[in-house]
Amino acid sequence: MTLSSSNAEGVISLDENKVKEKKKSDFSRLKHQKVLLIWTAILTVYGIIFYYLPLGGWIMAFQNYRPKDGLLHSKFVGLEKFKLLFSDVSFLRVIRNTLAMGIINLIVTFVMAIVFAILLNEVSHRGGKKVVQTISYLPHFLSWIIVTGILHDALSGNGIINQLMLNFHLISQPINFFAHEKFFWPIVAFANVWKETGWNAIIYLAAITSIDPSLYEAAAIDGAGRWAKIKHVTLPSLKPTIMILLLMNVGNVLNAGFEIQYLLGNGLVQNVSQTIDIYVLKWGISQGDYSLGTAAGIFKSVVSIILIVFFNQMAKRHGEERLF
Amino acid sequence: MKKKISGADLAFNIFNGAFMVIFVIVTLYPVLNTLAISLNDGTDALRGGIYLLPRVFTAKNYTTVLGKDNLITGAIVTVARTVVGTALALITNAILAFIVSRKNFVFAKPVSLFWVITMYVNGGLIPTFLLYKTLGLTNSFLVYVIPGMLSAFNMLVIRTYMKGIPDSLEESAQLDGAGYTTIFLKIISPLCKPVYATVALFVAVGQWNSWFDAMLYNRMNGNLTTLQYELMKLLSSVTNQSASAENMKNAVGSVTPTSVRAAATIITMLPIICIYPFLQRYFVTGLTLGGVKE
Repeated sequence: MTLSSSNAEGVISLDENKVKEKKKSDFSRLKHQKVLLIWTAILTVYGIIFYYLPLGGWIMAFQNYRPKDGLLHSKFVGLEKFKLLFSDVSFLRVIRNTLAMGIINLIVTFVMAIVFAILLNEVSHRGGKKVVQTISYLPHFLSWIIVTGILHDALSGNGIINQLMLNFHLISQPINFFAHEKFFWPIVAFANVWKETGWNAIIYLAAITSIDPSLYEAAAIDGAGRWAKIKHVTLPSLKPTIMILLLMNVGNVLNAGFEIQYLLGNGLVQNVSQTIDIYVLKWGISQGDYSLGTAAGIFKSVVSIILIVFFNQMAKRHGEERLF
Repeated sequence: MKKKISGADLAFNIFNGAFMVIFVIVTLYPVLNTLAISLNDGTDALRGGIYLLPRVFTAKNYTTVLGKDNLITGAIVTVARTVVGTALALITNAILAFIVSRKNFVFAKPVSLFWVITMYVNGGLIPTFLLYKTLGLTNSFLVYVIPGMLSAFNMLVIRTYMKGIPDSLEESAQLDGAGYTTIFLKIISPLCKPVYATVALFVAVGQWNSWFDAMLYNRMNGNLTTLQYELMKLLSSVTNQSASAENMKNAVGSVTPTSVRAAATIITMLPIICIYPFLQRYFVTGLTLGGVKE
């Protein structure tokens, strides 16, 4: 009896201890987490101010915004600004330019990065491979200011391109590349390839190194040469990486058109050089029509989000990896 | 075991070698050409024909650049924003990544989502511009380092790395009575040095190269100009229609706007060229981690 009762007591006191301990640990956990909560609060306030508050500015697109009236007292005009936007021929033109350059750049930089990664991987000289790869990163770290300066030098009347073509008698007069509309998109595409090929290839090179070497051995036994191995082993192994990167970039097609177009554009080529971002800058900041500029910005954001969601769903249906 | 190289393989090697040589030339030539022009007499360079080596050597373009007050101011501001901006970005992104990678923290998921959304939705140029104006960030150095300090991408890169650190380290530290501050500073951060280096590199390069914020927010204040923005002004002064006529007109002695710009370009890219080859492994890590995302 006594034994069991003392046992029971012991059990009870043990339980009490457990409860106490648990309470204590809950309390101390909360105390421990206090520092996490404080930082969360601080960083969330920062996020709300710098990332979410500007979204409130979208109201301007539905107003006839005047700085002296502010967001609260400016007159609402409904969709008038959007109607104005889409009746403006120059806005339709900047949509075309943004899309065209976005798609051209996406395709050429993509193809070049993959080709470069595959061919670099085939270089058997280790030192040479390392040197080429190091050099290939260089342009990525240069600003667009520097890159456009370099392009101006290379394409000027005295520049290497004109001189080479003159020497080979392809032309009789130096071409002013920046004065003709037909050259603008190719120059932008080339600049993007020049700047980003080595950088974009990094991720493919990493993916190639993770391919199972036994696949290549099996291919070799089947009598595959270098081209056949690339075609039947390397490329199929890269397919998931290519797919996911393609989807990530398609969503950003409208976001990729500002710096170089702004820096290289001039009055002679503005019909093909101006993009949505430049339009926003021109109307919103320089002309002070905040409402029209914001409307154009909203159009770009909304289309971008639709593109991202659409391509994400497409990837999901095809059973490839998803972004989010 | 070494097999004889077949004809097809030999052809492939020749093709591949040629491709790589052309690739390297196309990448390096424009940079070397700018270097040659920067070391050449300005008026002489207008005759053209300078490719890889200067024809009439001079260091005058560089002394001219170093004598320009606005370029010196730009360089000081650029160094300052790079150092301060990188430090702030690294500290805040690391703290945020630490918070959202704690397994038993209640708000880890919602906070993550809060930041991931910012990668896809943003207010756009004009609302942002007006916000900075309202906050008094225009015409101030703070506009270079405060907005954009925390970025979801950089945070996710660090978070992915932190999630790879075994929980047992945190648990045993907690048993020893360590709080989260100690765990962050003494346990997790020392292990995260490689990923910190990666993010620091990304942010530093972005800071060094940015010019648009200087143009948009601090155009009126010459004391807050940046190197890239000054370079841009030099660029637009020499790229109008009659470039060479303009050059002749504005030539001072043997120095022309083109040759000065070449020198300024080389000075601006020099720090990056010197540093990046040594940081290669860090950005390779960063890119592969960044690809993992949610």
